Amino acid sequence: MNFEFTEEQLMIRDAARDFAQRELLPGVIERDEKSEYPTEQVKRLADLGFLGMLVGLEYDGGGMDTISYVLAMEEISKVDSSVSVIMSVNNSLVCWGVEKYGTEEQKQKFLKPMARGEKIGAFLLSEPEAGSDATSQRTTAVDMGDHYLVNGTKNWITNGKTASTYIVMAQTHPELKHKGINALLVDSKSEGITVGPHENKMGMRASDTCSVMFNNVKVPKENRLGEEGFGFKLAMQSLEGGRIGIASQALGIASGAYELALKYAQERKAFGKEIIHHQAIAFKLADMAVEIEAARFFCLKAAWLKDQGKPYGQASAMAKLYAAETAMKVTTEAVQIHGGYGYVKEYHVERLMRDAKLTQIYEGTSEIQKIVISRGLMD
Amino acid sequence: MKILVCISNVPDTTTKVKFKEDNTLFDDSGVQWIINPWDELALTRALELKEDAGNSVDEVCVIHVGGAQTDATLRKALAIGADKAFRIDACAADAYYVAGQIASYLKENPFDIVFSGIESSDYNGSSVGAMIAEFMDYSGVSSVTSVNLDGDDVILYRAIPGGKQKIKTGVPLVAVVQKGIAKEPRIPAMRGIMMARKKPLEVIAATEMEMLTKSIKFELPKAKGACKMIDLENVEELVKLLKNEAKVL
Repeated sequence: MNFEFTEEQLMIRDAARDFAQRELLPGVIERDEKSEYPTEQVKRLADLGFLGMLVGLEYDGGGMDTISYVLAMEEISKVDSSVSVIMSVNNSLVCWGVEKYGTEEQKQKFLKPMARGEKIGAFLLSEPEAGSDATSQRTTAVDMGDHYLVNGTKNWITNGKTASTYIVMAQTHPELKHKGINALLVDSKSEGITVGPHENKMGMRASDTCSVMFNNVKVPKENRLGEEGFGFKLAMQSLEGGRIGIASQALGIASGAYELALKYAQERKAFGKEIIHHQAIAFKLADMAVEIEAARFFCLKAAWLKDQGKPYGQASAMAKLYAAETAMKVTTEAVQIHGGYGYVKEYHVERLMRDAKLTQIYEGTSEIQKIVISRGLMD
Repeated sequence: MKILVCISNVPDTTTKVKFKEDNTLFDDSGVQWIINPWDELALTRALELKEDAGNSVDEVCVIHVGGAQTDATLRKALAIGADKAFRIDACAADAYYVAGQIASYLKENPFDIVFSGIESSDYNGSSVGAMIAEFMDYSGVSSVTSVNLDGDDVILYRAIPGGKQKIKTGVPLVAVVQKGIAKEPRIPAMRGIMMARKKPLEVIAATEMEMLTKSIKFELPKAKGACKMIDLENVEELVKLLKNEAKVL
């Protein structure tokens, strides 16, 4: 067993750290407060190659391994999760599926621009009445011979407004239940698509989240990903990888809050000494450090399994569950260590606490992760 | 035109400095190494000059004197965008030695412009660039804050007390650069990191030469005293402490 990172992995981590500290930190509070999409920051994310870092070099991606992805996601999420979620969705949920199951034409047309970050992708699975129960898709894709006719509404879509390419899950054969679902590559500017207003969220407020409505949208047959009825399987497989991204994001939120709390505890004095010398605070920090380290191991283990071509669904569910729960606990304690200062925006930890909550909900709630894990135990 | 950027491998600027063996050696255990910040800015500017289509810069290379453990730093320079890296395989502990090694490489492999950071953030010698110019009999300009090319001429600005000086010179040239030469160091892109392993990192045997200086001992600065808070009204006490304790009056 080797716990050493390679020189390249360290270089990627450092590049992500430099980018986050230098280019994301300035203005992060204001972007959150105004729910302002980080247009310039996402452009830089593309320039540096983070948006397509997992895609192979032959399709204009970075050709990086998943370990590097975990390291980069952690560093970026320490500072701005609204940016890291854009990176996670584009890499893990959109580019991954097209690279793995797309035809050569689909890769040339859709994958390359997304890997370069010139275009952004979105993954449209959730619906008003199909969240955790993703099998109950109401959006339909009726087979019209040379094209599908798509109708329905998708909810909570990250990059919904800014994406150029959607992967849309829609039901073609309701009688086959989840085996009748197709995954379709859809140009977001297609006639019949309406994008809903920006959701006024509790956290990750600068990322673009909205609903997307489809009204008789024509999608060419050649835009279907994989075989007929493969959509649900593709969605579940994409989410297995996506969970590594969100777990790493949660890890970053936790470690970002921990670093701020540690620094504050070393500087803030109470009762004649720095508060880190009070056991009540020191033990909190010790607990935070241990849980973050454990979450990091979960994330890296899942990433390593994926890189080795081994099954990683169980590991990614464990990583997502543990890292998200850790993010919530650690950020809450970071606010507590900051006292009153933690409750105001200037000190960042309240924002990290709000962001942490979402990691327990999206890309499979903590409860859904427990279903995945417990079913895995029975296999 | 070819540009060579001298790279120093230095401890990360947040390193807690410790010494070992009776304070005769720097303790490098657990230290993270980086490109000297001034050299990183120099490299960034050299790449900007190459990328400007109006200039005829064909190649930007980096050179360093050090052991194999410094290769990671050179590969970062390649990831940032340098075309080739040269490492002169020797332990560098003396500015004269480092400048001499780089000069001996330059004599066989001439470059038009050599960039050197104004100092390295570890030993702060501020000597290598000027020494290279002297060894090579090149023009040498120090404290450079701006470099632009105008055909075969180089237009430089250098900081002087109370203002700045504009200089026009030909090549070959050693420009000793400081803050302002580039806006900020360039972050390596993912593709650059992947391509770095395919770029040449040439290891060159050192030439015979002596070191002129030897480090005898290191000392850390004294720890800062505790801050004393004096009541706003109590000027007399403040003067007394400044006179008797701080001894600055």
